Amino acid sequence: MLGLPSDIWVPIQLTIELAAITTLSLLVVATPLAWWLARSRAAWKEGVAAIVSLPIVLPPTVLGFYLLILLGPDGPGGAIASLWGARTLAFTFTGLVIGSIVSSMPFVVQPIRNAFAAIGDRPLEVAATLRASPRRAFWTVALPLASPGLLTGAVLGFAHTVGEFGVVLMIGGNIPGRTRVMSTAIFDFVETMRWRDANMLAGGMVVFAFAVILSMILLEKRFARARA
Amino acid sequence: MRLTALVAALGAFLASSAEAAQTHIAVAANFTEPAKEIAALFNQKTGHEAVLSFGASGAFFTQITHGAPFEVFLSADSERPKAAVNGGFALADSLFTYAIGKLVLWSRVIDVTDGEAALKAGQFQKLSIANPVAAPYGTAAVEAMKALGLYDALQPKIVQGNSIAQAFQFVDTRNAEVGFVALSQLYGVTAGTRWEVPQTLYSPIRQDAVLLKTGADSEASKAFLEFLKGPEARAIIERFGYALN
Repeated sequence: MLGLPSDIWVPIQLTIELAAITTLSLLVVATPLAWWLARSRAAWKEGVAAIVSLPIVLPPTVLGFYLLILLGPDGPGGAIASLWGARTLAFTFTGLVIGSIVSSMPFVVQPIRNAFAAIGDRPLEVAATLRASPRRAFWTVALPLASPGLLTGAVLGFAHTVGEFGVVLMIGGNIPGRTRVMSTAIFDFVETMRWRDANMLAGGMVVFAFAVILSMILLEKRFARARA
Repeated sequence: MRLTALVAALGAFLASSAEAAQTHIAVAANFTEPAKEIAALFNQKTGHEAVLSFGASGAFFTQITHGAPFEVFLSADSERPKAAVNGGFALADSLFTYAIGKLVLWSRVIDVTDGEAALKAGQFQKLSIANPVAAPYGTAAVEAMKALGLYDALQPKIVQGNSIAQAFQFVDTRNAEVGFVALSQLYGVTAGTRWEVPQTLYSPIRQDAVLLKTGADSEASKAFLEFLKGPEARAIIERFGYALN
């Protein structure tokens, strides 16, 4: 494909797959969580918010180390894996998805939470006076109004998963076609002095990151103008 | 009178600290523990201080070729020190083998006392090795499996750590039931069972040391390399499970 050798192309494909699945899972998990964080009056909700944000601060090696243990034969991951006769979720694509969900979670939750918070009580109260059930108000009022936040969260989650390195390195096992993603492939190329190939992938990552950030800025601007 | 004694003592102290110097050493991850012991003893004997950095040899090589401030390079292989010499980053006449690594099959789940039989039986799902293109112990593991005629059968079970340290970690956390690690990593480890891979099954893992150009005029760096060849250092190296020339 595209004239690229397979040991470059396969990691690219795998990375896109991983980032897409992670982003979709995150939208499903993070949206209700962000809604709760934005609306709840529970005193301990900021504790939950802090836990969700931990991956921003913790080095990936810490996350990777605990994930290796949690996914392993002594942790819950091992119990789940035993359902289909495996011993561990480490070294599997599923394991990478779990790790990426954890490490990219804050980047998705935060913008969505902000978007929900920015809506305020007013539109939802209006919806209620028009006899919309809370569920209906969420789907027809809150979610559309928060869509810029959802989009931002999705883009950031996708981009962060593509850029994830430490966690993948710690739990992946570097298996071609299953857990060798772009960032670990680059590491391999540098290690083995294949600097041309490393350069190709790394350069692509720089261009990708630039495009993501630029489109984020432009989107924000557009939404700001639309609101004004 | 007392003052002159004090001044004399101070003078002597300053003189000695002027002679004692630092040397910055890039040490292959698998040699971490012995290097620490050797550096401590080196400091005791010579007054010089060896500042150690630990990491993957490949990463160090890349850093050295881009001007990293190391004066001595203790690699996990013989390729990279040679490449450093050929690239003009190191001094050819300083090159020597400081240790020869031994490969071990290790498990905390199944009995690998007879490693060959255990590998043949294949009663495991994951076999951990170091990255064979980047880490010499990984290369040796692949060679050994090929020599046993088991590589094709075992290949689907292989997981790779980016370094021998990570290959060890996968076995230690029992995410992989078995793995090829360095004997030196099992120093002081009693858990599990092990099989020392016969050295006829893989080419010797020569770990070479070299003086880098940046250290060409550094007395401390040269002294460290001399110390590394000496009997005290050799005793430590052997104790940690390496062979010597």
